[in-house]
Amino acid sequence: MAEIRAEMSMARAAVEAARRAGADYADARATHKRSQLFRVRNGQTESVQDKVDMGLGVRVLLRGAWGFAARAVNSEGEVESVALEAVQVARASAMVPSPDAGPSGSLLGMEQAARGAWRSKFQVDPFEMADGKKIEPLLEADEAMRRVNKVKVAVGTVNFMRERKFFASSEGSEIEQERIESGAGVEAVALANGEMQTRSYPNNFGQHLVGGYEVIAGMNLSAGAERAAKEAVELLYAPPCPSTETAVILSSSQMVLQIHESCGHPTELDRVFGTEASYAGTSFLTPDKLGSFRYGSRLVNLVADATAEGGVGSFGYDDEGVPAQREYLVKEGIFTGYLMSRETALRLGRKSNGCMRAESWNRLPIIRMTNISLEPGDCTLEEMIADTKQGIYMDTNRSWSIDDVRLNFQFGCELAREIENGKLGRVLKNPTYHGVTPEFWNSCDAVGNASEWRLWGLLSCGKGEPVQSAHVGHGSAPARFRNVRVGIVS
Amino acid sequence: MSELLGRDGALALAEDALGNSAADQTEVVLQRGREMVTRFTSNFIHQNTAESTAKVSVRAAEGKRVGWAEVTSTRKEEVRQTAARALGIARAQSENPHFISLPAPAPLPDVRSFYDSTAGLGPESRAELVRAVVEEARQRHCAAAGALTVVVDELAVANSQGVRAYCCGTRAQLTVVASESSQGLSGYELASGFSQWTGPDIGHLDARAVAARACDKCLLGRQPVGLDPGEYAVVLEPEAVGELVAMLGWLAFSARAVQEGRSFLSEKLGHKVVDERISIWDDGTDERGIPMAFDFEGVGKRRVDLIEQGVGVGYVHDSYTAGKEGRGSTGHAGPPPSEWGPMPLNMFVAEGDQSLDEMVASTDRGVLVTRFHYVNPVKPKETVLTGMTRDGTFLIENGKVTKGIRNMRFTDSVLEMLSRVEAVGNRSELVSAWICRAPALKLRAMRFTSTV
Repeated sequence: MAEIRAEMSMARAAVEAARRAGADYADARATHKRSQLFRVRNGQTESVQDKVDMGLGVRVLLRGAWGFAARAVNSEGEVESVALEAVQVARASAMVPSPDAGPSGSLLGMEQAARGAWRSKFQVDPFEMADGKKIEPLLEADEAMRRVNKVKVAVGTVNFMRERKFFASSEGSEIEQERIESGAGVEAVALANGEMQTRSYPNNFGQHLVGGYEVIAGMNLSAGAERAAKEAVELLYAPPCPSTETAVILSSSQMVLQIHESCGHPTELDRVFGTEASYAGTSFLTPDKLGSFRYGSRLVNLVADATAEGGVGSFGYDDEGVPAQREYLVKEGIFTGYLMSRETALRLGRKSNGCMRAESWNRLPIIRMTNISLEPGDCTLEEMIADTKQGIYMDTNRSWSIDDVRLNFQFGCELAREIENGKLGRVLKNPTYHGVTPEFWNSCDAVGNASEWRLWGLLSCGKGEPVQSAHVGHGSAPARFRNVRVGIVS
Repeated sequence: MSELLGRDGALALAEDALGNSAADQTEVVLQRGREMVTRFTSNFIHQNTAESTAKVSVRAAEGKRVGWAEVTSTRKEEVRQTAARALGIARAQSENPHFISLPAPAPLPDVRSFYDSTAGLGPESRAELVRAVVEEARQRHCAAAGALTVVVDELAVANSQGVRAYCCGTRAQLTVVASESSQGLSGYELASGFSQWTGPDIGHLDARAVAARACDKCLLGRQPVGLDPGEYAVVLEPEAVGELVAMLGWLAFSARAVQEGRSFLSEKLGHKVVDERISIWDDGTDERGIPMAFDFEGVGKRRVDLIEQGVGVGYVHDSYTAGKEGRGSTGHAGPPPSEWGPMPLNMFVAEGDQSLDEMVASTDRGVLVTRFHYVNPVKPKETVLTGMTRDGTFLIENGKVTKGIRNMRFTDSVLEMLSRVEAVGNRSELVSAWICRAPALKLRAMRFTSTV
């Protein structure tokens, strides 16, 4: 608690120093983050890492121009120095001003002050456990994979993160937040005759949730690892996915990438207004489409929810001090909402829905996904398959690519299975499919129900310059899409 | 971080941690730096950041048990605690039989990597450079978006075996995307053009010229037409070539990938894999790249040939992978923790004898590609990648660039593409990925698999 009080003081002092130096608006984030990662590779504990990351980031607005500075600070003098640097950077920004530059109120809207605290829930604090206990499931999973002949590489990781964050703003906000995240994943690589096949569990990027060690304990890593290893070998000898146009059922785990790339990113309003134009790109979802564009079929309901229990995209307040919210991005197939900040929302005549997030103290907050999910439908996966005369079921993402406006995409999966007359058939290797975002989502004609729905966590969503990674969640059940072009690579 | 610690200051911090460590072997890596990024869009600065970071990573070994810890602080007490934590982690681990030793000291190459012109560039000067870009774009009725990045950093590596290595470096980059929309929006119907400059010495940057090139491409590409997917002859500008080669480096030229059978070199070392006009090597001492005198284990950099006149001949090591083969490290240990193993971070592609204009003039019908977007592997061992063209894709007809074309997706193998080389450019560029210097290439065919 003493540590947190010191960080509270730093953030307040930084804001006051920035205001004294002439900032119209200032906010500051002091964070203390501890993370651990354990990696086992081919029977060896390859890496055990323990990282402590702490510092202060200050953001200021001066005559409508933004500045940001960040560093690790150990004294009052250093706190003031960061704030002054942020103001100096903002003054430089004002040399090449926006035509809309003006007082901070006109850019950010009404003053919003929030005072509060938020702490994530957990049962077992992983940082209180002995390292040996934490790594046990990983060693068992590794052994299970290496028992399978032709598996040449077995890799597994377990990771934990605790972040304490304090936010203060010149509008009077003061917010404390603390979260613990836990995650794990394994991968089996099978090799034979110059060919390589990979199979992961629970997903190719692992599974990560807000929670303690109970997240790992509930994964059944060993059983999943053995199954992954066997399937990797099976894939070596499977026929390739054909090139055709057919119905595709995507597993919950593959839906993560589909939602992430073709819904999450194009609904980032800063991208729409060109802030990422030179790097990650823009968006085809221009403001004229809001409220009227048919993004998908009537079965498609996509929601951004920063309050979802256990989601790594969940929090109490975003990094502008706006409370976490739940809002539809697509409702019954119609595009209805964006991920917004205070500044971007105002340009649409709306209020922020709390999507400004920074990777850590040293990065500027930018609009990021929270938990972007497809609401469940009304059938089981079994019913969906039984209802499919001919098609292909694809599971677990292996490759991903989408254009700079989020229209043309291509995904590859680790494994596919033929569907013939309502039954799962042969395993197929190297499945890929491609499409155009609204055409694809408009072909959605079945969505799994709540029993098939699962919330996933992704730790490596990259955006911004300098690039920063966001932890984002995606929930989905399996879903079916018609007339999809599959099989680019045989 | 307002000033460099310098060699004495950085190594003194490392020595203190080494002296207080109870491990059999200890390694201390100090990375300290400032990164300033000024971003602009629609002809104004919309984000402007200045970040100072310092982190100390400690690797501790007790016998063959290894632990690693890191802290973003250079305070002595916190670094000592981090070293103790690393040892505690090591003691709790099982033995790793492949861990032999931290590297021993050896002479390091003398490389110039620091330029005062870059290090001394303040926020006002950065804004002036962006203003020059914006003015050029406005004159040409374009909207400019991009980023000016300036990095000043220092790296110190010291270990209990006697390694004492220190260097400081600078690097800078200007990227510009010019579009014809004042909103900075792009799409399949709108034209845009990309240009960039990357290097350690910002004194060589001509910001207006970079902006002018981007605007030229944008204006040339107005009213883009559609082209059906298929195989086309292509002329790839250096930026596009660099992206493909950088991805190849990540997939295939690490000793870890080769040893695990995940690289094409696992079976094809010593075999012809691409056209004989293609040679690729890694050399951190070459000042035409972003030079580094040593790697993150303090081992001196040297040239490692990867593909020599079309033949796959080599790959890069750190001390761990080298130990598995009974060899010495090639100086390619990555920043700790090294999740991917050793990596080539200073790649060069040999220049040829044709200019970009000559390549275009020799093409009856083909595609000129400025750069790619979101390139990712589809089949890593076969080096099959997919990605989109972006910011300057043009149709070549009868030896001339005639019109802009809508962006297309390619899905093709890098090795196969490099086997279809018809000409190699006579001038290379350091590309925006930082880690590759490449010329233009003309390929007899490239597979474009979809568009919108």
